[in-house]
Amino acid sequence: MAAPLTVVLIVAATIRAILFRSSLAELISERVEVVSPLNAWKRVVEGLALLDLGVSPYSGDVFHETPLIIYLFHFLVDYAEIVFMIADGITAVALYFAVQIYNKNVFRKQKYALEADRYPHDCLELMRSPKEMYYIPLKVAMFYLLNPFTILSCVAKSTCGLNNAVLALFILCTIKGSALLSAIFLALATYQSIYPLTLFAPALLFLLQRLYIPVNLCRTSFWLFTLQYAVMYLGSLCVIVCLSFFLLGSWDFMPSVYGFILSVPDLTPNIGLFWYFFAEMFEHFRLFFICVFQINVFFYTIPLSIKLKEHPVFLTFIQMAIIAIFKSYPTVGDIALYMAFLPVWSHLYRFLRNIFLVWCVLLACSALFPVLWHLWIYAGSANSNFYYAISLLFNVGQILLVSDYFYAYLRREHHLSNGLYLKRKDGTEATLVLK
Amino acid sequence: MGLLSDPNRRKALINLLTRLNTPICLVCYLAGIAWFMGLAFEPFTLRTYMSENAMGSTMVEERFPAGERALAMGREFAVHKKKANGMPVDWLAKAMQARGLEVFTQSFSRTLPFTDEIKERYMVKGTNVYGILRAPRAPRTEALVFSAPCSPGSNDNQAVGLLLGLAQYFRSQIYWAKDVIFLVNEHDLIGMQAWLEGYHHTNITGMDWTPLQGRAGSIQAALSLELSSDVITSLDLVLEGLNGQLPNLDLANLFSAFCQKIGVLCTIQGKLPRSDWDTAEGYTHAVQTMTLMVLKQASGRPWGDHGLFLRYHIEAATIRGINSFRQYKTDATTIGRLLEGMFRKLNNLLERLHQSYFFYLMPSLSRFVSIGYYMPAFGLLAVILLLRALDLWVQLGTPPPVTEDGPAEFQQPSGPGMLSVLTPVVISHLTGMALYTLPVRSQETAVEHFPVSETEAVVLTAIAIYTAGLALPHNTHKLLSGEGTEQGWKVLKLVALLYLAVLLGCVALINFSLGFILAVTLVPIGAFVTPHVPKALSAVVMVMLSPGFTLLYCIFIYQELQEAPVSLIEGWMIFLSVISQGILDHTLYGSLVYPLLALLIYPCWLLFWNILFWK
Repeated sequence: MAAPLTVVLIVAATIRAILFRSSLAELISERVEVVSPLNAWKRVVEGLALLDLGVSPYSGDVFHETPLIIYLFHFLVDYAEIVFMIADGITAVALYFAVQIYNKNVFRKQKYALEADRYPHDCLELMRSPKEMYYIPLKVAMFYLLNPFTILSCVAKSTCGLNNAVLALFILCTIKGSALLSAIFLALATYQSIYPLTLFAPALLFLLQRLYIPVNLCRTSFWLFTLQYAVMYLGSLCVIVCLSFFLLGSWDFMPSVYGFILSVPDLTPNIGLFWYFFAEMFEHFRLFFICVFQINVFFYTIPLSIKLKEHPVFLTFIQMAIIAIFKSYPTVGDIALYMAFLPVWSHLYRFLRNIFLVWCVLLACSALFPVLWHLWIYAGSANSNFYYAISLLFNVGQILLVSDYFYAYLRREHHLSNGLYLKRKDGTEATLVLK
Repeated sequence: MGLLSDPNRRKALINLLTRLNTPICLVCYLAGIAWFMGLAFEPFTLRTYMSENAMGSTMVEERFPAGERALAMGREFAVHKKKANGMPVDWLAKAMQARGLEVFTQSFSRTLPFTDEIKERYMVKGTNVYGILRAPRAPRTEALVFSAPCSPGSNDNQAVGLLLGLAQYFRSQIYWAKDVIFLVNEHDLIGMQAWLEGYHHTNITGMDWTPLQGRAGSIQAALSLELSSDVITSLDLVLEGLNGQLPNLDLANLFSAFCQKIGVLCTIQGKLPRSDWDTAEGYTHAVQTMTLMVLKQASGRPWGDHGLFLRYHIEAATIRGINSFRQYKTDATTIGRLLEGMFRKLNNLLERLHQSYFFYLMPSLSRFVSIGYYMPAFGLLAVILLLRALDLWVQLGTPPPVTEDGPAEFQQPSGPGMLSVLTPVVISHLTGMALYTLPVRSQETAVEHFPVSETEAVVLTAIAIYTAGLALPHNTHKLLSGEGTEQGWKVLKLVALLYLAVLLGCVALINFSLGFILAVTLVPIGAFVTPHVPKALSAVVMVMLSPGFTLLYCIFIYQELQEAPVSLIEGWMIFLSVISQGILDHTLYGSLVYPLLALLIYPCWLLFWNILFWK
């Protein structure tokens, strides 16, 4: 399996190298869909220039990346293109191995359950075969590396690619069961963009499941491990933040990075939901609605963790999708990361309901973004409403996609416990209706 | 959401859509065409009205007196133009200076990729002369442009004369709040392009020009005047700009309001408005006017010197004086008064024109159809593609148990399926690339080996590559390892249908007319093509509906509507020149129609061609 992965990596690197050399690179790096004020390369370069001049990079309200990133590029700025290509490669390889291990686990669990005769008899067609699962890790890597969104993001040198790499490593470490590394990478991801905070829950659930500790609030072992993991997480977060402080010599970065993410002062249009809403709003409602919008990202963690406590990897996927949809400065790179997981759930295909419609919507919206941007900004004939309408539709499409997968997952689980062909009390065939 | 979540209702709906797919598609197509034709019917259109407050309620008085003197200036200009054999730079600069303008010149040069045979030019060198009337009443942050072309022969001398006359008159007025720039541009659009690029410090097309020495504020609006005789019978308003962009409708409203006030016959597309909408002739007349607008807009080329302003977010229109054999004549003083009035109203603007519509079609000068009314016509056509795609999706999903994952099927259907879909897609796009790059690149080789001129070489190469693309499916199949499966063509067609739908949707948003014309011809292809239809007949139909033939039909329809019908041979000659003009427009001004057709539409059509010959 290493050979196809290498081929995919080479193809992906070639595409990126060609695009880096073409005139398109500059165009792509200006697109608001691809770069946000947080992760634009132009801003990183500005921050570097300020740093070289001995000024705090955060003075001037242009640079909003974390200190670690700027010190990373302080040394690697000449090799930026290679760094971004390697980051994508790392993400893909990490996801590849993570999914491979996850699939092995899933298959093993299924085997035990079958041996224990725990599934209803008509569910055999829902069972997953190794043959079907064999190519999934490769597909995941391919979905990430050859996804146009990832390619655009990489060519634009959006630092989103680095965040994705950290998240992918976090997922790999978690699935491998290394609590410490998982906590460190989660802390790093949180440090980068706050929102991965919500991935704490799925990671904890996964590690608990792995150690056969039941999720029971009355058990000390549960609280002991939770405490242990939380300490590791908070400790490494603390170390990273302090390290940033010592590197930079000031706390400038706190308001400039986290304040910037949470209070959304930059209303440059993007594919998210924030900019239009806050551009239209009266100033004195702003604080209230910012709280509402930001809580929205974090809030779903609780019900989802309760519902999906047996399926932490799926929970991770849903959480990443929610972050990508509801975060304050989303870019296509964030979307690419959770979309890479879609092949993992390919067995849910038969339960997906709106997949055709949703993909049509996403496809059309992706094409319409630049068109409406052109009409609004350059031609002046359309206006911001047109662009926001499309970004709204795009997000509705994403939400439908995620909720469709969620529904399909739950439905498969339901069938696995209740039998595939449900009968009503009077013996006629029953259908599941979501109301 | 009941429809999306209730499985029974969903099933019923999908059953309905798949069972009745063909009749629904047919009805949608006919409804789309009918809707479009209905747009010209007067009760369905809206009356134009002035939306901009700053131009609506304020009355201005027109007092321009010096039409005769302006015509005399025009004659003098003609003499000097003849003497200088081009732009009489010194004379014009002096004349403008004498009228109290700040005068500047800009020289430019441009080598065309190949000879423009219609305008007979290859290496273009010229000079623009412009004078700025500084606004006495405001801080010079905004400007208006009045331009007249310095064209070869005896054309447009009167326009320059009137420009000088108006400059003199405007100079003596005190109410100007915006700078007025009087521009005489040489070599029509090339000069205009050079001036606009110089003014905005951009260089999009790689032209050589000297930087502008004097600038005014940001340009709010521009009018371009074309006038070739001392008296005219009517004024024609030209709106269609580069890539089918239109100026704000208020500019057209302003023009027609002043025409009515002053009593000048005004036309659009050279057609007078008629009041008898309820008769067959009246309706036909409106349809003709609208179709002309659609054809012109679809061509994506600037139809007057104003066309390039629109790219810079400047509302602009060309006013063209027409002298036909009507009784009613208008003299230069009246035209001067009309322009004075328009400029005074534009001078009153507090912000850029933005109140009224940017997306509209005009079946007559006093009637318009806005985007909300005309988009359904396109939507009805586009929905056919989606219905067909849905049908295919259901077909692909039901008979064999689907093993592939859903989303993967869109992007990369795994295994041999992916190869059989990817190969035609890549090959047809490569053909498109060839069609886009080769004609201009290979003209020298072609001229060496064949007895043709450069322009002919470019056009004929383009046609040759276009035709050669038709031979592709057979070669594509040689490249494939196995033979195409039933599943294979369905996936390919699904991809092609969605591709076409997205493509047409994007085009229709930027340039409705182009999108609609392409949809009318390409949607039937997308709907009916399968490998199982009779090959020969379908091939003929497909070729007849291909983008190239669409262009040919458009030329014949255009000539017919211009009341200058052409024979087949003449039509063919026009067809050849239109292709060369399209390529020239792309390289000179950045018109997007040629690359769009070559790089996206044509490959998409080739995909359907591939499906027809699927083995």
